[in-house]
Amino acid sequence: MNKLTKPSFWLPLILVAALGIWPILSGNAARREMVYSLLMAIILASSLNILLGYTGYVSFGHVVFFGIGGYIGMYTMDVLGWHLALAVLAGGLSAGIMAFLLGTAILRLRGAYFALATIGINEAARAFANAFQPFGGPVGMTLNFHVYDSYGGAGNALWLTFYATLVLALVVIAASSWIKDSKFGLGLMSIRENEGAAEVMGVNAPAAKTWAFVASAVFPGILGALFFFKNANIEPGDAFHLARSVEMIVMVMLGGLGTVLGPVVGGAGYNGLRGFLIVNPLFKNVQLAVAGTLLLLIVLFVPAGVVGWLRQHVQPLRSWLE
Amino acid sequence: MMLQIQGIRKTFGGLIALNDVNLEIDYGEIVGLIGPNGAGKTTLFNIINGVYSPDEGKILFQGQDVTAKAPYRMSKLGLARTFQIVRPLSELSVLRNVMAGSCFGREDRPISEAADIAMETLAFVGLADRADALAGTLNVAQKKRLELARSLAARPHLLLLDEVLAGLNPTEITNMVETIREIRHKGVTILMIEHVMRALMNVSDRVTVLDYGEVIARGTPDEVSNDPRVIEAYLGDPKVAESLGSKA
Repeated sequence: MNKLTKPSFWLPLILVAALGIWPILSGNAARREMVYSLLMAIILASSLNILLGYTGYVSFGHVVFFGIGGYIGMYTMDVLGWHLALAVLAGGLSAGIMAFLLGTAILRLRGAYFALATIGINEAARAFANAFQPFGGPVGMTLNFHVYDSYGGAGNALWLTFYATLVLALVVIAASSWIKDSKFGLGLMSIRENEGAAEVMGVNAPAAKTWAFVASAVFPGILGALFFFKNANIEPGDAFHLARSVEMIVMVMLGGLGTVLGPVVGGAGYNGLRGFLIVNPLFKNVQLAVAGTLLLLIVLFVPAGVVGWLRQHVQPLRSWLE
Repeated sequence: MMLQIQGIRKTFGGLIALNDVNLEIDYGEIVGLIGPNGAGKTTLFNIINGVYSPDEGKILFQGQDVTAKAPYRMSKLGLARTFQIVRPLSELSVLRNVMAGSCFGREDRPISEAADIAMETLAFVGLADRADALAGTLNVAQKKRLELARSLAARPHLLLLDEVLAGLNPTEITNMVETIREIRHKGVTILMIEHVMRALMNVSDRVTVLDYGEVIARGTPDEVSNDPRVIEAYLGDPKVAESLGSKA
């Protein structure tokens, strides 16, 4: 069947587009910020899903690509004076190159060893940013407020970032959907199911894994550049925040590993939950403990996540959820 | 020659798994590989398709030296295999399993063509009605057929079958043997490991016998089953010795 006629292709795109248009129509800045954080979660979760869900490799330090994109974006804008569009591309590209190099080096590790290596990489990146003076060391970098003038002032720049992030979210979902139905994706899923068998069948596993890693790194890199442009400030702790990596995994697992819609549902759902927990006096300091407990419960009782569970138990929804 | 195995030696630590193994397979043949458990049969398969590299010796595939070439490259050259312990891609549909065979095998098909080839192959092995089921839900006989379909969808020149008859009931064995004959009629050369002697002797043109990593006999099924060395090697297993005798 042609991809463009499949409801499962359009459903996540329409959901996210509707979510994004909501604050645009009302012009409400508070609503925009809320939706922005949802879009961020969706982008991060959908990107990680390419590696975690399709390929079956757990990356505990995936936020490293968000941080790298952020640092390169900020450096090119702040120090080199590049335009946001170029800085964003540079952020995505450098995250992709980094993933390619790392992938070539560590994707020969299988299973848990790979997962451990990814934690090390995030911590190494943070230590590097802390010590690297051109990136501002422990203080990081702060954008001069005048930078926003070229984008019609700070208020407009915030809207501009929002539009760009919305487009990025739609692109990530389309890419995720495309990969899932492609030959490349079939190779990734073969690796996930049985890497040895996949290789014997003719899948060039080292190359496929590396490209999956690159695909899952580029979007967080672009997002990092956008986010820190909006934030106007970057520090090692914010850029390479290990807890965010864990949250990304929770989002993917919650929504449904290896589905296109899952990370959208999981990203939005977890983000909503986190918002509730942070403002709730009872839970505000244990938000991560809740995330950990949630992960445990999902793995134990609903390993397929929300979307996977619905696919398994509600037949009529099959063609809608993928 | 489709395949030439020349002086292969492989050791694991102190254990000699294969020692100076030579075997030639001509185009269009069905060659049986037998031997007691631990004789090195599967190790030889793993060396042919590049999972292991041999300590000594060479593998020539259609005249080309392919010793220790990565498994995925061997697949592109036209080698396919099934596994003794089936390895279905459990969470993917039966159809997608076979599509993967077609997409990444010798013909390297685009995914748009793979579905048709996969359906055709599934019909050939008799699994067409399970195309949409998850591979993990099949029973053993069906999983064996799935393995076969996956390797056939690659349209290989040479097919390595590792105990496709094991675990099947007599009717299923008869059907599978028929399928193997049909595969050969399609022009695929076959090297098969088998413990089900009667069926193997029935379907093979030639048989090679391994024991403790060495070739102890080779020839037509009749010659091999009357060879005293072969009978001796199987003495520990009277049932097999008996079935060898009854064939002769």
